[in-house]
Amino acid sequence: MENMLYILLAAAAVLIVYIIYIYNSLVRKKAHADNGWSQIDVQLKRRYDLIPNLVETVKAYAAHEREIFERIASLRSASLAAHSVEETVPLQNQLTGALKSLLAVSENYPDLKANQNFLSLQEELSATENKIAFARQYYNDAVREYNIAISVFPNNLLSGKLGYGPRPLWAVDDASERNAVNVSFG
Amino acid sequence: MASFNKLIDHNKHMSILLFGFMAILFGIFGASIGAYWGGDWITGVVIAVLVAGLYFLISWKFGDSMILASSGARQISHEDSPQLWNVVEEISIAGGMPMPKVYLIEDEAMNAFATGRDPKSASVAITRGLLQNLNREELQGVMAHEMSHVRNYDIRFAMLMAVMVGSIVLLADVVRRSIFYSSLGGRRRRDSRSGGQAQAVLAIAAVVLSIIAPLLATIIQLAVSRQREYLADASAVELTRNPAGLISALKKLTADTAELKNSSQGMQHLYIVNPLLRKKKGKDSLFSTHPALESRIERLEGLMKAYS
Repeated sequence: MENMLYILLAAAAVLIVYIIYIYNSLVRKKAHADNGWSQIDVQLKRRYDLIPNLVETVKAYAAHEREIFERIASLRSASLAAHSVEETVPLQNQLTGALKSLLAVSENYPDLKANQNFLSLQEELSATENKIAFARQYYNDAVREYNIAISVFPNNLLSGKLGYGPRPLWAVDDASERNAVNVSFG
Repeated sequence: MASFNKLIDHNKHMSILLFGFMAILFGIFGASIGAYWGGDWITGVVIAVLVAGLYFLISWKFGDSMILASSGARQISHEDSPQLWNVVEEISIAGGMPMPKVYLIEDEAMNAFATGRDPKSASVAITRGLLQNLNREELQGVMAHEMSHVRNYDIRFAMLMAVMVGSIVLLADVVRRSIFYSSLGGRRRRDSRSGGQAQAVLAIAAVVLSIIAPLLATIIQLAVSRQREYLADASAVELTRNPAGLISALKKLTADTAELKNSSQGMQHLYIVNPLLRKKKGKDSLFSTHPALESRIERLEGLMKAYS
């Protein structure tokens, strides 16, 4: 009888250790995903700050490219208002595209391309675009791992109790956007 | 991910192994010197192993500053070179690593290296020549290669290796010299009867070791670093998802023939391309710290095909 008790106690101890192990690994993976998202957030904020400066500089040389300025301004305010990942992602993707066309447009203005201020803004923007792309890459990897971790058995029993649901990936909608990561500005 | 952690563990084990190797080598040196000069080899061993331990601690703590100082690198901030700084920051985001310190070496030769104990204390350095000759994409490839060394903990082993190989070579020199001078009759050994034979054996061992040790250390250094270069190239592509940048950077490095001024044999394995033996073409030999650039480019081109 006593032996039985010890065996039960030992089994309970093993179970508890196992649950702690799963719990910790879930918490860690969630923290990675959160961290990935906050990295993206930092870079998005930086881009919001850069946009007005860049637009002003380009405007001084190419005032009549009105259409693109307006598109960027409206996308910027719309994405500033967005909160969830699902809302943010498509807007940010469009903003990336719009900024790329802004830089493409500025190629037509030799005076602008010689402007030191523009050149440094251009470097900062392409760096920020790269950082967003890399942060997104890191976030997606972390989320993929997290999503697998919460859904495999027996982790799913625990993640359900904790309220850990699947996270959305940051999908890139078209192939040209995907290649934007590698765009070289010389 | 699993294989990746294994890789890091392997590097950590290698650092411990290196210390073991060091301690034994120092111990034998200590025994030989002790026996040669006074017959008391145990004291020699104890002192030598203590010195090895102390030396290991010093290299652990200050190895990176020693390496950076001896390469003539100067720490920079965002304002000094915004593009370089941004590129390094991009890669650290891609790898989820802390931002390393960034250094610039004022040298026309094209080269770069990374050093430090772990990702938290890492530094990356690049020569002015390389920075000026690369475009943004290529620079990204090179920095991703260096940051891969950081992420894989190659830097820890390489740093210890650089400091240790240097010290082993130095030690061997000391032994060779002390024996050379004493054989000229500079000093008389006491008790020539009983301990004489043992002393003679140990003296020969000391001479042989002092010749073999640096060679052995170099071979380890070489064998380890070649595999690491291939791996760092591959992980660089994993970070940037763009083999083209690194390929074209390596092609530019192939064309460069300038030798780096502030580099030594003990440090050659740190760099992205060997700073000493330029223009060396052809297959890998036992004595090359780096795979031939041609084979590295070849492997990367294979990766590029796999990507597209």
